[in-house]
Amino acid sequence: MTARLPPGLQLEKVDDRIMTLNVGPQHPGSGHMRLIIQVDGDRIVSCDPDPGYVHRGEEKMAEYRNYITNIPHLERPVIHDSCNILYPYCLGVEELLGLEVSERAKYVRVIASELNRFTYTLYWLAIYGIFLGHSTMFMWPAGDRELAIDLLEKLTGARVTHSYFVPGGVRNDLPANFEDVCLRQINYLEKRLKAYADIFYDNPILIARTEKTGVLSREDAIRLGTTGTVLRASGVDYDVRTKEPYDVYDELDVHTNVLKNGDSYDRSKTPWLDMLESCNIIRQALEKMPKSGSVRVKLKPNPKGGNDEVYKRVESGRGSLGAYIVSRSKPEPYRVKLSVGSFRNLICMPYLLKGEKLGNMPAVYWSLNYWPVEADR
Amino acid sequence: MSVIAPKFRLGYFLKSLTDNIFWIIVLLTLVGIPAIMIVLFFIDLPVLDGTLLTPFLAFTMMFHPELAVPVVKSLLYSDFFRIAAFPGFGFAALLAAGTIFAERKLLAKLQLRVGPFYCGKFEGILQLMADGLKLISKEIIIPAKADKPIFWTAPILFVATAAAFVSLIPVAPGWVVADLDVGLLAVFAIIGFFPIITILSAWSANSKFPFIGGIRALHQMVSFEIPLILSLLGVVILTGTLNLSEIVESQSNYWFIVFLPIGAIVFFISVLAELERIPFDLPEAESEIVAGWLTEFSGMIYGLVQLGSYLKLYAFAALFVVLFLGGWQGPMIVPPFPAEIITHGIEAGPITVQVPGLPITTQEMLNGTLWFTLKTVAVIFFILIPRGVFPRIRIDMLLSIGWNKLIALAFINIFIALGLLYAGVLGPGGLL
Repeated sequence: MTARLPPGLQLEKVDDRIMTLNVGPQHPGSGHMRLIIQVDGDRIVSCDPDPGYVHRGEEKMAEYRNYITNIPHLERPVIHDSCNILYPYCLGVEELLGLEVSERAKYVRVIASELNRFTYTLYWLAIYGIFLGHSTMFMWPAGDRELAIDLLEKLTGARVTHSYFVPGGVRNDLPANFEDVCLRQINYLEKRLKAYADIFYDNPILIARTEKTGVLSREDAIRLGTTGTVLRASGVDYDVRTKEPYDVYDELDVHTNVLKNGDSYDRSKTPWLDMLESCNIIRQALEKMPKSGSVRVKLKPNPKGGNDEVYKRVESGRGSLGAYIVSRSKPEPYRVKLSVGSFRNLICMPYLLKGEKLGNMPAVYWSLNYWPVEADR
Repeated sequence: MSVIAPKFRLGYFLKSLTDNIFWIIVLLTLVGIPAIMIVLFFIDLPVLDGTLLTPFLAFTMMFHPELAVPVVKSLLYSDFFRIAAFPGFGFAALLAAGTIFAERKLLAKLQLRVGPFYCGKFEGILQLMADGLKLISKEIIIPAKADKPIFWTAPILFVATAAAFVSLIPVAPGWVVADLDVGLLAVFAIIGFFPIITILSAWSANSKFPFIGGIRALHQMVSFEIPLILSLLGVVILTGTLNLSEIVESQSNYWFIVFLPIGAIVFFISVLAELERIPFDLPEAESEIVAGWLTEFSGMIYGLVQLGSYLKLYAFAALFVVLFLGGWQGPMIVPPFPAEIITHGIEAGPITVQVPGLPITTQEMLNGTLWFTLKTVAVIFFILIPRGVFPRIRIDMLLSIGWNKLIALAFINIFIALGLLYAGVLGPGGLL
């Protein structure tokens, strides 16, 4: 009897029709993860995603630090979307500590969160472009992303890991003249986003290639527990910003983009439509924001919560992102659990890739709006 | 964008200038002069003043302004020069290098970036040389279970086949390495070699991703060879010859792209697939199969494959020019060689020098080369552009394009050509 080897490392018989491919972690078409793919000719027989290469124990680390010092490391799983990943944590801690956030701080949070959606989604779109062999679509979003990053740098002082949201508001107020610069750059970004349609989304080869590939039906999308853009591409009208509005999203007019086919093309188009919607949200927030006021509640050193637990969720670039915090009357949280969209969208990958052609693998894989680091946490 | 460019300083500039001059002199003495001697041994030297030149005599005469021209002229008309330099390998390699540089700068402009910038004094023009040096200096790693002889031979065969393809292209009237009566047939034979070399190299690497890439390349090349060959039959029907020079000469009044546009389009698409360029770069699709059949290549082996593929690109673009765009044909724009230099000599201040053997090249040759180069560069531009605009297509879409659409279009093209021939519009004894 041969020793049982882990999947993907088993030796193959020479006369076997099935060939096992290890896509990742050292493969240009994978993130920090591995896909164990078995192919019969050009057709994928089975796909076994193997995440966990960048597990950093963020949730365990959070149990040894107090509520404020948790902020800089909890944002590490998605450094491009660091405001959004801190958002549910801050909302939960505010409820645990009983903090009242000022109106201006809520609007600043909305602006920063939507700008972060830009930085994340443009990065995602760039990689989607190069996965499909479209190098211009790699360069354009990566270059235009600089505008959103510049705005966030002006706002927070850091280009990626902002550590901007704190329990009780945001770390610092808007810099002088921020509103004008923000409005100008958002208008320009919107113009650029519309130019992407000409070269990418209306491209006949792209449409022929991604339409009707990896189709996720509405029922399956709900059954498999997908979220965010994947769910909305399958025709489910679900957005945390409209269904369970947090902060000031109920005062803003948020339009949910729902497409109905649930194929790779729709899944790749939904984030782009979301970015266009983000432009509207930022413009509304800039208009409705109170022009003055404090943005941060002064906290006691080492604040303690009661014997309580709280679950809050927000809409991140990858879908609903929840934080479950348990407090046991100590300065440190007893348990922090992040419920991330990436991992929930990853679950449907084996179902989608089964029976697809090998050439469809990157198109389906990256259309799931999956960020390997966030899934591992 | 912040580009940190050093400030101009006269001292540094003069130092770099003297450095350059020093290295040019060193390289000339160590490499150039021995190379000239070696070349002189291989060419047929002319009879000058009744004496047959020896290589050593010719070498001393190279530095005499009056006597150098006959030696240079005999070099220009030698087989060695044809194979190594002008219509052959050197010209093609120069255009291929220009193609790589143009491709990188063009794509960079399209994608809102700068491209190669630092290496070289002007816009990163020496970047290619730096990349070549890097590839030469890198270690060549061969997989442990690879079939070593084939793994080594395949890239060399690839370059050799591409160079053989280049040798069939007529650049100017009479300027072709191998002027075969079955030139187009030889082209088909050479194109048929590429899939064999590709699958050999892919299989010999004994690795999964190269194997898949090799199989894809095989599918692609074999299924696009048929429309490629069929699309050229229209030209053969109209000219009644397979000799590429004669095909060019028959286009003196009109270009075949005017009458056979469908054939030209089919040929162009097939060329994109044969060259494995986007949108048909499935054999090298990096997000699916790492680098396809190039995955296990490293160092100069990889460099050779790249050189071969760009030589192939030049050769296909040149073939398009020869068959559809009239090759070297074009209005005479090069001025004639001034006759008084031949009759009276060159006046240099108080003295007049009579140089025998002028002019070195004919006016037709220069004009033909100019037109040919211009047209080839234009075709190469159109081969490069899709890379910035299209994503990669899938293998089933590729096969359906090749077998269903292009072959049908190629047959339509053949019927158009036959119609033109029997209506007496074109062909031998035609109206035009």
